Amino acid sequence: MTLSVPAPPAAPPTAPPSNVVRRGDGRAALGFLAPSTSGFLLFTLIPLVGSLAISFFAWPVLGRRRFVGLDNFVELLTDPIFHRVMLNTLVFVVVYVPLNIVVSLGLALWISPRIRGRGIYRLLFFIPTVTPMIANALVWRLLYQPGGAIDQAFQTVLGMPAPNFLGDNRWAMAAVILMSVWQGFGYNMLVFSAGLDAIPQSLHEAASIDGAGPLRRFWSVTLPMLSPSMFFAMIMTLITSFQVFVQPYALTAGGPGVATETMVLHLYKEGFQQFDLGTASTIGWFLFMIIMLVTALQFLGQKRWVHYDD
Amino acid sequence: MTTRTATPRAVVSQVLLTAVLLLFLMPFVWMVATALKPPAEVFGVGSGLVGSEIRWSNFAEAWSYLPFGRFMFNGLFVAVAGTVVVCVTSVLSAYAFARLRFRFRDRIFLLYLGTLMVPQEVTVVPMFILMQQFRWVDSYAALILPWAFTAFGTFLLRQFFLTIPRELEEAATIDGASRIRILLQVVMPIARPAIAVLAAFTFINYWNSFLWPLIVVNSRDMSTVPLGLNLFLSQNGNQWHLLMAAAAISMLPTVVMVVLLQRHLVRGIAMSGLGGR
Repeated sequence: MTLSVPAPPAAPPTAPPSNVVRRGDGRAALGFLAPSTSGFLLFTLIPLVGSLAISFFAWPVLGRRRFVGLDNFVELLTDPIFHRVMLNTLVFVVVYVPLNIVVSLGLALWISPRIRGRGIYRLLFFIPTVTPMIANALVWRLLYQPGGAIDQAFQTVLGMPAPNFLGDNRWAMAAVILMSVWQGFGYNMLVFSAGLDAIPQSLHEAASIDGAGPLRRFWSVTLPMLSPSMFFAMIMTLITSFQVFVQPYALTAGGPGVATETMVLHLYKEGFQQFDLGTASTIGWFLFMIIMLVTALQFLGQKRWVHYDD
Repeated sequence: MTTRTATPRAVVSQVLLTAVLLLFLMPFVWMVATALKPPAEVFGVGSGLVGSEIRWSNFAEAWSYLPFGRFMFNGLFVAVAGTVVVCVTSVLSAYAFARLRFRFRDRIFLLYLGTLMVPQEVTVVPMFILMQQFRWVDSYAALILPWAFTAFGTFLLRQFFLTIPRELEEAATIDGASRIRILLQVVMPIARPAIAVLAAFTFINYWNSFLWPLIVVNSRDMSTVPLGLNLFLSQNGNQWHLLMAAAAISMLPTVVMVVLLQRHLVRGIAMSGLGGR
């Protein structure tokens, strides 16, 4: 289960300092924490350490495993197919994340208090984020088919057939990204809506009195006030977009060729279709390292543009 | 600013937004329209929104073609059981981190938070091997337990517990109530909205989950709804009218849930988000 709906970190209210020795609750804490900690050790920490260990082995699903040192890493790094897989994933992230942010922010701004029934608009834009991804992808697969809805729209409006979106090298990734944006922007839209509603009206009024036009107000009031939400949304969206799997799996199965094969789809194929768990685990670690690196860079860069009110 | 009189500009804005919304909803409309068509009219020129007849029987056919009732039961059972486990463990640990004093508390909490950074994909391989060792492959336990201990719930509820005034609990402590009783009778009722949000998001995650079930389930009888759709696709990918009926059915539970809990969910996102401070 991926964390598709994380909670943005509000500034943590401080718990009472733990070094104050008034009356330790050690034993009570042990009882309260036992269920989650045991599940944690078994299902998070042990697998995490285990996955690193597995990546040093040739580990077939059935049969004997063998220690191979860094072979899995070296093989992947010299494999042209894996290069393409990394590139595909990067292209997806670089195009998808800005599109997601722009669309979700644009709609959050548009569905302002002046829109009647704004709750209904928000709710409907949010719907695809909570329906099964595979179902969404199947619907789009139907739309993209030659002779399908999009093709017919092309015929009617332009008088020419649409390209075969999912079967054409040049279009397949774009088709996957378009479907993903449609499916995924609703969550960030709600985050931004909440952020926008929390901006005091008085700030806008003050800026108006000082003679700032709507664009200037957006740039100097709205964006800085919204920057913590933006920062959070960007980090979360980046992390989840590196993990893209179901869309290419269901739309194109990674094809044509390997034109839309992403890292997690490649991991799945290596591990559970080729039964090579060592390589699959190594791909998982590559992904983990990339995500950590990107997140760290985001945190380093935030001082420049994220504006906290504290 | 927020006058309720409809200026011409506001009307235009509303009309345009509605057009955007309708375009956005088009895939869903197409899904339902296709689910109600005769199979021969799914593709091709002149296949409009409505076919020559409205075939409600497609839904019944899709339902019985594969054991869809079984998939629904599996999906609901896994999602409900998983949600219960997540809520119980999260409430307990969140309360400990918010209210109890013990050694290394803040360090342990940081460790919890750190695991939020670990993508599921890193642990699916060892998790699968673990399931092989436990003889859990193709079982409910494998679908429910591995992801029932995320730090997310602990984090969310701890944030909420910290906003509850201590005086309420102190009064109960003076009356001699135990920790667990205070949690159940004082804290839980106040935290109900936060727990509802956690429960809803957890249910949705379980219901929609795809990669892990795909890995750990290998029989039709243990399939959840998304796996059932996948099976349908691989067995008869050209039966689009039935596929769309099945897709529409698969969306119902979470859509109903979001419609019913919309206020909670929006508030939950706002409350736990950076807005609302």
